[in-house]
Amino acid sequence: MDAFGGPIWSMAASPSGSQLLVGCEDGSVKLFQITPDKIQFERNFDRQKSRILSLSWHPAGTHIAAGSIDYISVFDVKSGSAIHKMLVDRQYMGVSKRKCIVWGVAFLSDGTVISADSAGKVQFWDSATGTLVKNHLIADADVQSIAVSDQEDSFVVGTAEGTVFHFQLVSVTSNSSEKQWVRTKPFQHHTHDVRAVAHSPIALISGGTDTHLVIRPLMEKVEVKNYDAALRKITFPHRRLVSCAKKKQLLLFQFAHHLELWRLGSTVATGKNGDTLPLSKNADHLLHLKTKGPENIICSCISPCGSWIAYSTASRFFLYRLNYEHDNINLQRVSKMPAFLRSALQILFSEDSAKLFVASNQGSLHVIRLLEGSFKHLHTFQPQSGTVESMCLLAVSPDGNWLAASGTSAGVHVYNVKQLKLHCTVPAYNFPVTALAIAPNTNNLVIAHSDQQVFEYSIPDKQYTQWSRTIQKQGFHHLWLQRDTPITHISFHPKRPMHILLHDAYMFCIIDKSLPLPNDKTLLYNPLPPTNESDIIRRRTAHAFKISKKYKPLLFMDLLDERTLVAVERPLDDIIAQLPPPIKKKKFGT
Amino acid sequence: MAALEEGFTLTAVPLGSGPDGPLGVEQSDKTDQFLVTDSGRTVILYKVSDQKPLGSWSVKQGQIITCPAVCNFQTGEYIVVHDNKVLRIWNNEDVNLDKVFKATLSAEVYRIHSIQGAEPLVLFKEGAIRGLEALLAEPQQKIETVTSDEEVIKWTKFFMVFRHPVLIFITEKHGNYFAYVQKFNSRILSKYTLLLRQEEKSAAQSFSASVYRKFISLMSLSSDGCVYETLIPIHPSDPEKNQRVVRSLLLKSVVSGSARSGVALTILDQDHVAVLGPPLSASKECLSIWNTKFQTLQASKELPQGTSGQLWYHGENLFMLHGKFLTVIPYKCEVSSLAGALGKLKHSQDPDIHAMTHFVNWETSQGYGLGSQNSEQSKRILRRRKIEASVQPEVPPSTQLLAAVQKDSEKHIEVELRKFLAVKRTPDFHTIIGDVVIGLLGRCKAEPSFYPRNCLMQLIQTRVLSYSLCPGLMEFALEKTDVQILQLCLQQFPDIPESVTCACLKIFLSIGDDSLQETDINMESVSDYTAIIQDGEIEEQTEILQNGFNPEEDNCENCAQELTEKPQAAAEESTSCPVTGKRAALLNAILHSAYSETFLLPHLKDIPAQHITLFLQYLYFLYLKCSENATMTLPGIHPPTLNQIMDWICLLLDANFTVVVMLPEAKRLLLSLYKFVKSQISICSELNKIEVSFRELQKLNQEKTNRELYSIEVLELF
Repeated sequence: MDAFGGPIWSMAASPSGSQLLVGCEDGSVKLFQITPDKIQFERNFDRQKSRILSLSWHPAGTHIAAGSIDYISVFDVKSGSAIHKMLVDRQYMGVSKRKCIVWGVAFLSDGTVISADSAGKVQFWDSATGTLVKNHLIADADVQSIAVSDQEDSFVVGTAEGTVFHFQLVSVTSNSSEKQWVRTKPFQHHTHDVRAVAHSPIALISGGTDTHLVIRPLMEKVEVKNYDAALRKITFPHRRLVSCAKKKQLLLFQFAHHLELWRLGSTVATGKNGDTLPLSKNADHLLHLKTKGPENIICSCISPCGSWIAYSTASRFFLYRLNYEHDNINLQRVSKMPAFLRSALQILFSEDSAKLFVASNQGSLHVIRLLEGSFKHLHTFQPQSGTVESMCLLAVSPDGNWLAASGTSAGVHVYNVKQLKLHCTVPAYNFPVTALAIAPNTNNLVIAHSDQQVFEYSIPDKQYTQWSRTIQKQGFHHLWLQRDTPITHISFHPKRPMHILLHDAYMFCIIDKSLPLPNDKTLLYNPLPPTNESDIIRRRTAHAFKISKKYKPLLFMDLLDERTLVAVERPLDDIIAQLPPPIKKKKFGT
Repeated sequence: MAALEEGFTLTAVPLGSGPDGPLGVEQSDKTDQFLVTDSGRTVILYKVSDQKPLGSWSVKQGQIITCPAVCNFQTGEYIVVHDNKVLRIWNNEDVNLDKVFKATLSAEVYRIHSIQGAEPLVLFKEGAIRGLEALLAEPQQKIETVTSDEEVIKWTKFFMVFRHPVLIFITEKHGNYFAYVQKFNSRILSKYTLLLRQEEKSAAQSFSASVYRKFISLMSLSSDGCVYETLIPIHPSDPEKNQRVVRSLLLKSVVSGSARSGVALTILDQDHVAVLGPPLSASKECLSIWNTKFQTLQASKELPQGTSGQLWYHGENLFMLHGKFLTVIPYKCEVSSLAGALGKLKHSQDPDIHAMTHFVNWETSQGYGLGSQNSEQSKRILRRRKIEASVQPEVPPSTQLLAAVQKDSEKHIEVELRKFLAVKRTPDFHTIIGDVVIGLLGRCKAEPSFYPRNCLMQLIQTRVLSYSLCPGLMEFALEKTDVQILQLCLQQFPDIPESVTCACLKIFLSIGDDSLQETDINMESVSDYTAIIQDGEIEEQTEILQNGFNPEEDNCENCAQELTEKPQAAAEESTSCPVTGKRAALLNAILHSAYSETFLLPHLKDIPAQHITLFLQYLYFLYLKCSENATMTLPGIHPPTLNQIMDWICLLLDANFTVVVMLPEAKRLLLSLYKFVKSQISICSELNKIEVSFRELQKLNQEKTNRELYSIEVLELF
């Protein structure tokens, strides 16, 4: 729905969650009523003269603060009129800037409004009188984001210099009840602008242009010095962005606004371990598919045979048919998508490329039969009654009989595709699923969770396998559990049923279920023992987890055939090189 | 805002006291424990928070305690006097007072005073004062008479002023009051006559005193119900003469003028007094806290069962006799502010206490109590804490040392000092060192020939001294122009005032080279660069290659003209140090010292112009030397940093720019300084440009390594 105010610059839900504020380009602040089935316009607040860049509700829901250009307005929600207009000083270190943009506001329950602006200031205002109470000049550049803790005893701001500042409400003197806001800790974990910050009870979270998400635990809130107390830097989304057509040796890369299709190169040479072979045929960039409109691509998939590509944006679903004629590719869009296929969270083709599974964002799963140039809707698995959770991960068994789907918390559902009914549900676990796969032949479902646990569940037996029980009993190696990034992809070797291949951003691992499990005393990252060692030693030191850190950061890895693996690295330097330059700081002189 | 809290009685059974109430309530060496002496025969030790007695001691039938028991904080023993002359000393383990240590004195005792951090003092009724140790060594010694006939001691108090004990006592003779102040660091007894104004012929009924800056503020509650304040200087101008001090009205009519007895006054802190007595003639007795600064009543509590007119104050508790029971009322005094006095600040009101509203006539009270602007919170409490912290079982070397400082020869003091420094450091080490330095300085002032230089140097090098711990030391060294000690102080003290730093600078710049030659100065901050200088050698090469940039080649036309006049002199200036090595070491000490610009600038203006020029020349020289190497540092162990040099150049120019501009000899220096700074700025801008180019190169380099976007590798997997 349109707010009819031009681009929307800011949004804030009321503390009760029943109302939504929207700040628009034309200076209007609009209030919407949120009901379970729709969002309805309620009314306009007094219109301001320039765009509304930030909004914040008073925790009681009676007032709001709106940050605009050069001033902050305080509105009374009941009357919709502006009570105060607090002018923000344009001056920056004595130099008058053209404009002072209020990038962030926060309304505290005691009536204090905190603002963060483009002149590098964090200011405290008294909303009752509309006066400036305190001013902190913290940066030479914009302060772009602000987040307040639930207790309102600390908040965090992010600047365009990549610095994150922590402010805390501390006693003026020990034992005194008088408290004041003090800038306590600066953190410099970013190279570029910090566009968003969040304040969890135990950590500060910041993210920005440099594509990193940094979780900085507040050490004073950490009771035990454990792994949770460590700083975490997250670079890649915890989703699969690459899909692979094994038969045609094609890779489909998903970007924000386009898809790229590449054909892998080949070689005729052979070599020994560690060799880089000369290419007889280079990798080909076959296709560059741009999306229409401004929406980002949510998910994409290429069929195993390579003749179908499907992707979805927030509001539209696209399906293409590819025809290969020697070096030419003929791309043909399948039109007349049914109305229910408006958008998808996850798309998957069956192994024989005859069926398409689409997890839509209403929680239902659509099964579509693909025919030459057209399709037929077979069935829709409706979500379990009472749940509104959308499925975001799908896995289909190679024989095409089973489909596993997982949401964020409610367990993994396994459907029988032949009979089109729910087969069983794997019990819910505390941590969300990050990867799913069904092994060929055995139809064992392997599930990786965000806490690094891996389960193996036998679909035909409707129970966890013996190996899974064993490893749960013994527990994973502590270093395995302390890895930073989740498993994002699981695959299997067609000829070696005991192997599970999985990877995260920094390693890939082959779990050999036939070998003994490592305990905490054994070396987890066990490099390949020298070949001259006797077989006995090799066997003694071997354990089930064979890990390689050769490729990192690893975006995707899959088994193309029995002898070929494909790995996609995404060097951070490449990402950084494409970023706008950060604010330059002089190294010499002052 | 002050507040009285809910009081409680200390004794379940009434004290066996006469009509006069207990003799005294004194602190014991443990917090929260107090010695209560009743006017009969008993001393009881109470733990106040538990409201129960911990011990009780009585003298024999027929004997009577005449002086309240006190605790000797140095030993933890208790001391009491019975029958005026018999001294008893005991400790917690003793049961019977008859069997404890006994000393019979030759004169009647008025009071024994004991406070933490000092030896107990015995005040005799005739006004003589003795230390307890000296007295016990010879109990029957002759006690002189200080006061005249019929002069009676009315009140006395003992406190510490700047770590030195001071005892004050008030006597009365025929309606005239006299104050005696005994200081123990100088052993001077000063006598003051307290003058009453003509119209105020009223007898003082209760006294209290506290120390405020350089005065003892003596407050008296007179029979007309008003509180008067008398300021007695701690350091009298002429101690021998009998001086007169005038008392002034502080608070009007705090108690009813008709109250015959049962009034008492205690100073709680700088701004608050507690007054016991009936506020109106007919009313019951009240305990009230007044703010003297704003003349307002802060809290009051009615005591319907009457009191004995005695009030003791220890820590945060007020003790008084209420009816027949000893009552403790805790109180709180906060920093007084005008907002608090006028009721602008919010206060949680205790429902038990009703604060009366008194309106003050600001016209009449002007000048009495409003002068004090220092709203430091309860100086006294802070001081007491400090003393408590420093009270430790006496270490023999330190006492010996302190004694030696007063009288022994320089050699002997040195030996004692070495002994003291050899033993393990106690927590009060730095205060003792401070005392020793102050003692030494005091003696230096008294005996002009006495100058224990080695001792002072050793003491400074203990690294525990600071300027505030021995305020006179640097002034004394300045007087003596002892640059070595000044250098040490500058290196060791963290808190030298800017004025003193500047005075040192003046001396360092003005002192003659020949007198510097004899001194032994730490040269560690001046390394090889002065060695070159002292030989007077000019190394041409160093002159040209400053960061690879030659200021001579700068195309500043106007300056170049000036410079070409004396090219030789200019070259010399840039390579040879304008000052000798020793002076350079002293100046480096100044460069290293901490300062705040705003406080330093006014003092820098006082330095003569030729000294300014010399210092600037030296700084310029250092700057050139700094710029010679890539790291922009000077060689040596602890050289001045570039920032320090630049800051001082800026400071000197800021303070004396008009003077320096006018001086012909400074003009050339300024020009070359200007040129050099300009060249440095252009270097920096060039460097910034190069950095950008380098980054581009780096980018190119990266692209080269990442060229292999696609490769096929052989990997052996397990």
